[in-house]
Amino acid sequence: MAVTADHAIPNRSPLIAFLSRWLLTTNHKEIGTLYLCLSFTLFFIAGAMAMVIRLELFQPGIQFAEPLFYNQMVTMHGLLMVFGVVMPGFVGLANWLIPMMIGAPDMALPRLNNFSFWILPFAFTLLISSLFMEGGAPNFGWTFYAPLSTTYGPPSTDFFIIGVHLMGISSVLGAINIIVTIFNLRVEGMTLMKMPLFVWTWLITAFLLVMVMPVLAGAVTMMLTDRHFDTSFFSAVGGGDPVLFQHVFWFFGHPEVYILILPGFGIASQIIPTFARKRLFGYHSMVYATISIAVLSFVVWGHHMFTTGMPLAAELFVMYATMMIAVPTGVKVFNWVATMWRGSMTFETPMLFAIGFVILFTIGGFSGLMLALVPVDFQYHDTFFVVAHFHYVLYPGAIFGIMSAVYYWLPKWTGNMYDERLGKLHFWTAIIAVNMTFFPMHFLGLAGMPRRIVDYSLQFADFNMVTSIGAGMLGLTQLLFLYIVVKCIRGGEKATSRVWDSAEGLEWTIPSPAPLHTFSTPPQFPIPEKVYQHD
Amino acid sequence: MTERRNNQRKHIVLLSALAVGMVGFSFAMVPLYAIFCEVVGLNGKKYEQEISAEPAVLQVSEREVTIQFLAQVGRGMPWEFRPTEPKLKVRLGEIHLTSYYARNRADQTVTGQAVPSVSPAYAANFLHKLECFCFTQQQLAAGEDQQMALRFYIDVELPEDISMLTLSYSLFPVPDAEVASPTLASN
Repeated sequence: MAVTADHAIPNRSPLIAFLSRWLLTTNHKEIGTLYLCLSFTLFFIAGAMAMVIRLELFQPGIQFAEPLFYNQMVTMHGLLMVFGVVMPGFVGLANWLIPMMIGAPDMALPRLNNFSFWILPFAFTLLISSLFMEGGAPNFGWTFYAPLSTTYGPPSTDFFIIGVHLMGISSVLGAINIIVTIFNLRVEGMTLMKMPLFVWTWLITAFLLVMVMPVLAGAVTMMLTDRHFDTSFFSAVGGGDPVLFQHVFWFFGHPEVYILILPGFGIASQIIPTFARKRLFGYHSMVYATISIAVLSFVVWGHHMFTTGMPLAAELFVMYATMMIAVPTGVKVFNWVATMWRGSMTFETPMLFAIGFVILFTIGGFSGLMLALVPVDFQYHDTFFVVAHFHYVLYPGAIFGIMSAVYYWLPKWTGNMYDERLGKLHFWTAIIAVNMTFFPMHFLGLAGMPRRIVDYSLQFADFNMVTSIGAGMLGLTQLLFLYIVVKCIRGGEKATSRVWDSAEGLEWTIPSPAPLHTFSTPPQFPIPEKVYQHD
Repeated sequence: MTERRNNQRKHIVLLSALAVGMVGFSFAMVPLYAIFCEVVGLNGKKYEQEISAEPAVLQVSEREVTIQFLAQVGRGMPWEFRPTEPKLKVRLGEIHLTSYYARNRADQTVTGQAVPSVSPAYAANFLHKLECFCFTQQQLAAGEDQQMALRFYIDVELPEDISMLTLSYSLFPVPDAEVASPTLASN
């Protein structure tokens, strides 16, 4: 990268130059890279915790992890995957791609962008350091229900609270930055309804973030004052109510799950048309479907709480509202399938992951529908069925989305093609391992195996063993992914500027690798066909 | 260019206000939730904590329901605490007298406050207490014990689908309660 030399101030040691480049950078591409590196690192840390969990559950009985430690692993795995892997992963993609897709030279608030990122390493250091503290790390599950987290939480809960505060600040600032960028820096001629879908889905996600991360901040603040300043928000002794915690948490938590998937919808909507060599079917309906999902997500939090003794009328309302979300989601799935219908499809790695995303996310959506039904939820609640459901929407959903995005845009970022043969191997091993890991969990849950418990009864042994073997495979395939990415960064066949035959969008009009500064002069929009430089 | 900058500033201000407003909303959920629960009779609390008035004319119905009594002691409460009768079969509208037994096992005077909860939650408003130890704080000297009275009746309007109610008391220590003078305590 010759461009970096412009930034280094002469007569400095290489170390200082390196540090100041990455610590002080305000460039959207470099900050995007930082986010993606953080996400990737935490992916392996949180993944290692999942390995501990699956090792312990390989056989009934207690072999490797004491119950308290097991609970810490479950909690930290969840927190890190949600807040440390999927969210920063998507923000990294947003940083890299949104300015390039809308023809902007950079994000609207570049210094704020640097600040948003550099809060995160501190937040996660606080969170992870709690593992080494007296009393151990938080052990109450990623949902940190009161009174487990207030009255009974370990002392390190306070580190967790401050960590969550920092993540929240980072996310809100990042989201504000993204909204301001999209509203103000679009190239002339790109109306809202001409924006690429990845930009659209991120715009909506950013609004969700601005609206719900502050609620999470409120919830942890109430926890903090309950723990140390004698308030009783969540404690019945002083007239509070522990169920209130669940309401506040899930008011944040349900839109949060759409924060974790909407950008993935955007990614699939970019990739599938390229490899089907057709325009995206139903662009407008995609936009409206995304907006409806986001709006509905604010009124359905009660479906996480059916068993708390809600009034029947509330249960019915939440049940129907939840099932209504299946309609816009179904529209999206239909549009993706219709885009592929009679297309000239080829199956490069990004396309494979995108198709895997569509199929497996739909399975996760169906189990979500089952959970939305009040009468049966009483049986499924807090069983492995729930674990199966949200892993199906998060792993082959959000994570496959990020992976397919990485394969798709990696040649643009690095200037080199990744190893297609290894990429395909990664996909096929991952898709077998994902299903082997998470599919048997459905059966376990239906048979009554509770979640978050270190041990289980004997009749669950076989399925748990299959799941654990699958999880081990899944862990190994991610090492292959790491190898493919590193190999691609270090070299490989040179990528053209358009990279893919029929990729559409402003990011494909600039050379590969994308120079540090792009679109200093605004590009033409709509893109004239001759602008794509075939070489 | 300046127009864009103004626009940008406007967006930043609006979005920041939205974020701050949502923090406010999260705290506003506390009173909103309390009001909501009161309106729909959620979470097993009876909101008029005052003593129910002695009914002028007792309406007694033939319908019988079972009422269970539960007792729990909160963290740091050194008392033994249990209902004297675990359950009663009562006719709707009939006034009943039962009691809870409490003994202070600590070697010092302790003040306690019982917090009631009724299950199913929507039955809470049909359970009328005429006399209850939960209306006031209780104080027991070291080793002292007492029977604490509970006089109640269940409204004849109790929804048809309820055949059993559970009344649960959690007893919590009151840390900064003034220890009453011995003369008062002996009263």
